[in-house]
Amino acid sequence: MKILVCISNVPDTTTKIKFTNNNTAFDKADVQWIINPWDELALTRAMDIKDASGGAIESVVVINVGLTEDEPTIRKALAIGADKGIRINAAPKDSYFVAAQLAEVIKKENFEIILCGIESSDFNNSSVGGMLSEFLDVPSVSSVSFLNIENGKVNVKREIDGGFENISTQLPFVGIVQKGIAKEPRIPSMRGIMSARTKPLQVFEPVQVDALVEYANYELPQSKSACKKIEPDNVKELVNLLHNEAKLI
Amino acid sequence: MSVLVFTENWDGKFKKLSFELVSYANEIAKKLNTSTTALSIGKVEDDELKKLGTYGAVKIISVENDKLKGLVNQAYTSIISQVVAKENATVVVFANNYMGKAVAPRLSVKLKAGLASGVSALPSSLEPFTIKKKVYSSKAFANIVVKTPVKILTLFQNAFGITESPANATIEKFSPELKDSDLKTEILEVSKHTGKLLLTDAEIVVSGGRGMRGPENWGPIEELASLLGAATACSRPVSDEGWRTHEEHTGQTGKIIAPNLYIACGISGAIQHLAGVSSSKCIVAINKDPDAPIFEAADYGIIGDALKVLPELIIAVKELKASA
Ligand SMILES: Cc1cc2nc3c(=O)[nH]c(=O)nc-3n(C[C@H](O)[C@H](O)[C@H](O)COP(=O)(O)OP(=O)(O)OC[C@H]3O[C@@H](n4cnc5c(N)ncnc54)[C@H](O)[C@@H]3O)c2cc1C
Repeated sequence: MKILVCISNVPDTTTKIKFTNNNTAFDKADVQWIINPWDELALTRAMDIKDASGGAIESVVVINVGLTEDEPTIRKALAIGADKGIRINAAPKDSYFVAAQLAEVIKKENFEIILCGIESSDFNNSSVGGMLSEFLDVPSVSSVSFLNIENGKVNVKREIDGGFENISTQLPFVGIVQKGIAKEPRIPSMRGIMSARTKPLQVFEPVQVDALVEYANYELPQSKSACKKIEPDNVKELVNLLHNEAKLI
Repeated sequence: MSVLVFTENWDGKFKKLSFELVSYANEIAKKLNTSTTALSIGKVEDDELKKLGTYGAVKIISVENDKLKGLVNQAYTSIISQVVAKENATVVVFANNYMGKAVAPRLSVKLKAGLASGVSALPSSLEPFTIKKKVYSSKAFANIVVKTPVKILTLFQNAFGITESPANATIEKFSPELKDSDLKTEILEVSKHTGKLLLTDAEIVVSGGRGMRGPENWGPIEELASLLGAATACSRPVSDEGWRTHEEHTGQTGKIIAPNLYIACGISGAIQHLAGVSSSKCIVAINKDPDAPIFEAADYGIIGDALKVLPELIIAVKELKASA
């Protein structure tokens, strides 16, 4: 069995967000780039499953749609343990474009399990995984918080409002993973970092796809008015303000 | 032409979320000079379906199918696409929750319809269709232009509110075509606790962080929550430590919520935490560190020991309730 993990290259969460070109483009200056946090957890789970599979999982491959500047992020995934990286050489336009590119390449290779993070921390769209599954015409299980393989069968648990569902799915399938799938991301070991340099990183050229939406421009939120401080020995005043001023209780 | 809204029922009953979705869809329908059609999948009695009319749905399409015991992404996508075609819908509205996130992206590809997900307001322009959404984990907004004839939106819960607009709704039973290939996933088992207020539904949330020091100190958080009719939540380390369940974890990697009131007790307000709660309409922070970043996001703040402040807060809320 082969597992594919789709990874997105995103600004580190603590990055201060700025825009250029009259607020039409993200300002990449001084930005630290990372593997999208959910994708990193998906990769961690994929590695755990492979390690425990006694060879049943042949390989874990990561795939990214992005320009050469994304390669350090792919190498990081290889350092974490992925066996091979694939990059589709295009600047992402929208989720539909990204999913379409992924689908083109995935159709050429056989992956039984395809994992995507539930969203990426830049555009927060929660859409590539779902879109990809429709392009591939395979089942998708969303909000997956547990995934295991036992006797060649995939065990999936999905979070729902107020609980969980255990789901059985035919293969291949797209698992859209969220919190719970792994606790902490794997940290690359020194050996992992060294071997990542020599692992294969294959580059595919994109196909022609039109985006369905366009990011016209960006805005920063207005700064918030200062916090009203209440003395700790005057808690009544807080209740009073919440009742009479904010009218929330 | 119509605006189609995908409603959700829980064991045959609609919750506020579905009424909010219909209210929102109806506001778009008015702008487009068209009408709102609501789609319901699952077993719901006619009296309950009729309630969707209160918020502006003039037509309610009800799909019941024994093969659908729960959410099957492919099958739902197929059903909704058939309804979009039948109703000639130009805008399709979902909630930005488990259900919406599962189905809207698939539908986008099936219909080649642009998706704007996680929106929290009405479109700012209809031609071109432009709508605003939060990006970079709530640190900025993007204005998105949806370029396709059919537009799909997923709406953040509690972002729009409910507006009554009574319509005399007609109910239509619809039997879509379903292929076996649409049913490749099967729900084997459901475990669900009922009776507890869901975090994503709550208008008030009382939340605790590592500053609460341990699970044994959660009593006052639960008591305050129950007094206020609120849900409880926590920061990530609290759920990672196992002090509280993972379902309560809010933030970038946890639940993203937008209640009217969020009370943060002993939470520093790290950027990853704020990413999940900064859309709250009002934030109250109780923290003993005057420099904690939570105070930059908060509307009201008490610099003090949460373990001491909470019991007093409970007394003061009880007094308010008694005097009301
Ligand atoms: C990729 C990534 C994703 C993450 N996602 C999330 C997420 O989704 N959600 C999340 O919450 N975090 C997330 N984090 C972690 C986040 O960075 C913070 O570490 C976390 O939010 C801190 O939780 P805390 O405020 O409860 O604890 P701490 O940082 O330990 O802060 C505790 C606060 O309590 C105060 N305090 C202590 N004692 C008292 C007292 N007696 N009374 C009042 N105040 C007191 C302290 O002054 C301090 O401000 C993520 C981190 C990373 C790297």
